[in-house]
Amino acid sequence: MITVKFFATAADVVQQRQLEMELKCPQSVSGFLDILCSEHPGLEKLRPAVRVAVNHEYVQEEALIHDGDEVAIIPPVSGGRG
Amino acid sequence: MIEITRDEIDVEAVTKSAYSDASGAVVTFLGTARQDKDGKNLVTLDYDAYPEMAVKKMEQVRDEIIERWPADQVSIVHRFGPVGVRVVSVAIAISCPHRKEAFEACEYAIDRIKEIVPVWKKEVYEDGSEWVEQLGK
Repeated sequence: MITVKFFATAADVVQQRQLEMELKCPQSVSGFLDILCSEHPGLEKLRPAVRVAVNHEYVQEEALIHDGDEVAIIPPVSGGRG
Repeated sequence: MIEITRDEIDVEAVTKSAYSDASGAVVTFLGTARQDKDGKNLVTLDYDAYPEMAVKKMEQVRDEIIERWPADQVSIVHRFGPVGVRVVSVAIAISCPHRKEAFEACEYAIDRIKEIVPVWKKEVYEDGSEWVEQLGK
């Protein structure tokens, strides 16, 4: 079981900010995204732009997700001003 | 001082937190919401954030600055939730021995925050709203 968090546009698309997901672990980030996008097809169009964070750290698509991890879908950030 | 908060940012406290005996310059940057964009009337900004990770990434920005410049103190406070026009959404204060490096470090800080800190800005207009997206690097 992993926790998946969504923010900004991704939260709008899936209409929730957090879910628990049964995932065969260890699982690559790209494999996880395949499964997530099949369950939430609206995410597919965001996929090229989003980054994934595992336990609060950005990871590449080949990184591995383990049971109990907190995985976040990070749309392009737009903090700050000026 | 590294914080993410829903409350109003105490700008003076952020600046003072960067004061140090070793520094001859403190540069403070304030990001504020501006009213007009493309002729549309902005009512407010509404920031979404991933608070735990945002703090971690702001700490990373601080550490990168300390590696590159002789910065003594680096303070970054970012707001989330609704932020009105003319209100400060991010404050950065950096102290260095001399002004040139303090200015450079402060510019680096805001650029880097926009790249890696998970905070998202929604512009709310009288007739709708939209997320502002910049492609991260």
